[in-house]
Amino acid sequence: MGILQILIVIAIVVLLVKPLGTYVYHVYSNDPNKTDKWFGWLERFIYRLIGLKNRPGMTWKRYAVSFLLTNIVLVALGYLILRLQKYLPFNPNGIENMEQTLSFNTIISFMTNTNLQHYSGETGLTYFSQMAVIMMMMFTSAATGFSVAIAFIRGITGKGATIGNFFEDFVKSHTRIFIPAAVVVTLVLVALQVPQTLDPVLTVKTLEGASQNIAIGPVASLESIKHLGTNGGGFFGANSAHPFENPTPLTNVIEILSMWLLPASLPYVYGRFAKNTKQGWVVFGAMMTLFVGFLSLIYFSELRGNPAMNVLGIDASQGSMEGKEVRFGIPQSSLFSAVTTAATTGTVNNMHDTLTPLGGLGTLAEMMLNVVFGGKGVGLVNMLMYAILGVFLCGLMVGRTPEFLGRKIEPREMKLIAIAILAHPFIILAPTAIAFLTDLGQGSITNPGSHGISQVLYEYTSSAANNGSGFEGLADNTPFWNLTTGLVMLLGRYISMIAMLAVAGSLVRKQWVPETIGTFRTDNGLFYGILIGTVLIIGALTFLPAIVLGPIAEHLKLG
Amino acid sequence: MNAKRKSMLNSAIVGRAVKDSFIKLNPIAMMKNPVMFVVEVGTAIVLLMTLFPGYFNAKDDIGFNLTVFFILLFTVLFANFAEALAEGRGKAQADSLKRTKKEITANKMTGSTIKVVPSTELRKGDIVIVSHGEMIPGDGEVIEGLASVDESAITGESAPVIKEAGGDFGSVTGGTRVVSDRIVVRITSDPGESFIDRMIALVEGAKRQKTPNELALSTLLVSLTLIFLIVVVTLGPIAGYLDIDLQVPVLIALLVCLIPTTIGGLLSAIGIAGMDRVTQFNVLAMSGKAVEAAGDINTMILDKTGTITFGNRMASEFIPVGGESVQSVGEWAAIGSLQDETPEGRSVLELMKKLKLNANESLAAGGEFIEFKAETRMSGIDLKDGRKVRKGAVDAVKRWVVAQGGAVPKDLDSHGDSIAREGGTPLAVAVDNRIYGLIYLKDTVKPGMRERFDELRRMGIKTIMCTGDNPLTAATIAREAGVDEFIAESKPEDKIAVIRREQAEGKLVAMTGDGTNDAPALAQADVGLAMNSGTIAAKEAANMVDLDSDPSKIIEVVSIGKQLLMTRGALTTFSIANDIAKYFAIIPAMFILAIPEMSVLNVMSLGSPMSAILSALIFNAIIIPLLIPLAMKGVAYKPMKATKLLRRNILVYGIGGVIVPFIGIKLIDLVVHLLV
Repeated sequence: MGILQILIVIAIVVLLVKPLGTYVYHVYSNDPNKTDKWFGWLERFIYRLIGLKNRPGMTWKRYAVSFLLTNIVLVALGYLILRLQKYLPFNPNGIENMEQTLSFNTIISFMTNTNLQHYSGETGLTYFSQMAVIMMMMFTSAATGFSVAIAFIRGITGKGATIGNFFEDFVKSHTRIFIPAAVVVTLVLVALQVPQTLDPVLTVKTLEGASQNIAIGPVASLESIKHLGTNGGGFFGANSAHPFENPTPLTNVIEILSMWLLPASLPYVYGRFAKNTKQGWVVFGAMMTLFVGFLSLIYFSELRGNPAMNVLGIDASQGSMEGKEVRFGIPQSSLFSAVTTAATTGTVNNMHDTLTPLGGLGTLAEMMLNVVFGGKGVGLVNMLMYAILGVFLCGLMVGRTPEFLGRKIEPREMKLIAIAILAHPFIILAPTAIAFLTDLGQGSITNPGSHGISQVLYEYTSSAANNGSGFEGLADNTPFWNLTTGLVMLLGRYISMIAMLAVAGSLVRKQWVPETIGTFRTDNGLFYGILIGTVLIIGALTFLPAIVLGPIAEHLKLG
Repeated sequence: MNAKRKSMLNSAIVGRAVKDSFIKLNPIAMMKNPVMFVVEVGTAIVLLMTLFPGYFNAKDDIGFNLTVFFILLFTVLFANFAEALAEGRGKAQADSLKRTKKEITANKMTGSTIKVVPSTELRKGDIVIVSHGEMIPGDGEVIEGLASVDESAITGESAPVIKEAGGDFGSVTGGTRVVSDRIVVRITSDPGESFIDRMIALVEGAKRQKTPNELALSTLLVSLTLIFLIVVVTLGPIAGYLDIDLQVPVLIALLVCLIPTTIGGLLSAIGIAGMDRVTQFNVLAMSGKAVEAAGDINTMILDKTGTITFGNRMASEFIPVGGESVQSVGEWAAIGSLQDETPEGRSVLELMKKLKLNANESLAAGGEFIEFKAETRMSGIDLKDGRKVRKGAVDAVKRWVVAQGGAVPKDLDSHGDSIAREGGTPLAVAVDNRIYGLIYLKDTVKPGMRERFDELRRMGIKTIMCTGDNPLTAATIAREAGVDEFIAESKPEDKIAVIRREQAEGKLVAMTGDGTNDAPALAQADVGLAMNSGTIAAKEAANMVDLDSDPSKIIEVVSIGKQLLMTRGALTTFSIANDIAKYFAIIPAMFILAIPEMSVLNVMSLGSPMSAILSALIFNAIIIPLLIPLAMKGVAYKPMKATKLLRRNILVYGIGGVIVPFIGIKLIDLVVHLLV
């Protein structure tokens, strides 16, 4: 039964990739199509409002500056609101202003689509902050990521000097994708009993006669964009494990699909732009293969349970239920964990801290790779970076200098890619080491031995991959953790985005090399294998020593 | 010379390479190869720890540290040796070239006086006289006279070649010897810039610059090195949380095993050896970039004559038209060819002899010979009595006759076309406004060309044949040879137009040429192969010079270029794939004392932690010399579809690269474990 539940969800995703991908392609291809009728008037109105009558194509530099400035403005605005939320409206619960390092961390966290939460939503944010900062950024950060991914795709598949207009992409991401989808998902969730209200906390009398505060609020709307935008920041501290965020297995599946479908359809969109959908399916296939591998690791490891506990005679037939919700069980929890770390959403419906060591390894590994579907756009961009890397390493073996989609891969591209592949392990491993070297870092670790290592590694990996889920248990609301994870999130988001946009900008201007029988093909089964191999050897082996000391050592010690 | 070049590994070269491997330890030189530089720094650190253990708070494991030091040192030395060995052949060749360049004196002509000066004092534009037995003092052009020249110092070909003033055989190279007659030469290069100087620099590898692909690959290797540096540096503090104390030499061993030392150590050797393979093939590539570009070629433009066919088109028949006789066609053809030194012209006279026909040769006496020109496409003679005799391309002769008010015999075209259909070349023979008939010139495709063009097609390379022949002739030869496209009646500017057209589609184009009018096209092409027998302009415009002057060699040059790229790719893939096994050797060994359960990861069941680390390190070191032969010879290359080629290479070097170190490390461990 468990496997069947999982297979059904995967089958739905596979079936919806093509129609959804086709829709997304039409949104960004900028060719006239029938959806213009529904959204065109609204977009024209917005364009007129912001003075964007002409929307000329941008070079990669202009595109990068545009999205960075947009993000900076939003960060400034959001930071002000958090620091002044006490005085702003919609604060029926009398919540205080947010402390400055926590504000820094929170604002970076949401702008970078990470949604690492060092605060607890119920007590740390006003309704106004939830809506004007958290939800606003959930839309805008997802739209930013999506736009950059589309611009990257245009760069590597197109000709000319420009890669699209950021503001147009940004607006369209909202009008044609995130807002309509969020409205639909919100309504469905409300129908399935997820609260949506501006009323203050409910105070109720319990059966024993004591009074209890029950936190509520505009949950359903946040819940929808939280997943659609692969954001992951929960309304409540307990995130999607909370019964108001995710009341039933059905809402659980809806939430899984809402965070998974858009990233899963992007490879197909890429194939459409490349005018060769096989290119897209090869990338999708590689992602799905890695996903199924990690999902199996999590699922079977959780199902097997904790041998040390099993020895004590505790019923292990359900698997390891510690930290999991009974209404989801092992399959729905494992799938949710695998998807949330693959799509770098960071929402959780069970506590990752209590996953079995190998289950935790599965979630950690997906974030370390950051290519298994990945967050809004970022995953595809990273996967294509590995594709270029694979082409570069193996392409020489056909006796030609490497070409990807008809463009030569030369020193400039390799330098930019080198920056991107260096950044990821650096911002994970260096702060991890620093955390262990300093009392500031060590003081927050709540577990001895290998599990302590996993905690720290998870925190920085989640930040670097802009996932945002926490291996809860780390006492992370301290200036040290707020600042270091804040920086890691910033670097994790923007270094690779800028580097990869530069790669796109460099490739788009290149002379095309015609395809011949002597060309290295990137749309066949062989390349699918090369892609997976490159990801595993270059991407995964880097983290092996750290993983061996963390989850693997913990697993081995369990016996 | 040729034989000398081929004996690749004589003991002198090896001896010198061993010496050079130590000289190359100089850190300043080493910094050019960042991967090996990191290994060298690691070696130095381990040495210091071995010598001053107390200072570094190191454990008293001097034996282990010393062993690590020596293995690391040999890793660096092996890499240096690979490079030195690859350079060795070139250096040996450069030395012998330098010997031929030794002090030459020149007879410099200033006005009417002749002064003997050393060749180093000659400048561009000086005039020198070179007589029988003397060395030509510098690159130049013959402006007067004719001589046979022994060019074996450069080409390795011992038969002397004729050099004469004017035309395409007028360029001479410094350092070659005049073996008969006397020529006056205008020097065209300043000292230090002559062909032989450039050749020395090239084979010596002195000015070797990294190619774009090497640069891109180096960038990747450096970033992998940095990644593993981060991994190893951060491992200490992380392990410290588990109270595992990692010794610095062990961490350095892990680092050296993980960074791509195999390809890092062999990369420059692969490049040098690739250039050297071209040189041994008697083709001089001006840069490694040109050799790489050869691997990328999409389109190849080949001259029909000399490349695809033997080119000595021989007159085989006289065909009268318009009621003329064989005798009259032959006679006028012969009169028009008396002073024509081209093979075609001479073959006309030979055919006359064979057919026992006679021509009134006195008619030609005192006449003015008209040379063949690409523009007119005719040659002939203006007789003293005012009559003009012409032979040449049928349409050109037709126009010439019509222009003088003559008529074109009705059967001319049908005879001409039937010759062309058979692959021959018809030459029309005319006197003033009257066409007498046709000379049937036959050309033959070189044996084996068809197979080679099929091969090129399998590599994805399109061949375009260029010929001055008419379209029908061209089509017949093209069909016979199996080329993909042809350009008939082509003029030099057509070639450049074709190159530009192909390049506009993003294709890389290769061509061969020897004449001055080929120079612009040679410069425009991505790979331009000039013939050594060609003009200086052609040689300067090209990025490769074939010392044997065999234009069909361009095909092999493409294979060598592909082989070079494949070798680089194969060893990179191999090197990176090796990491998996090395991890499985070292990681459990590092942690097994603190976490005994780690023994599960010791999949190779290596004897002890110490022997596991040493075995991985030793494997990492000796794989470099083991792969030197492959780096030098290049991986085997047979033309086939890219997908098939890739599958084969991935299997051998990718999957092989994963498996081989598991076996290798295990075998080494069986021995090492007995000793430690």
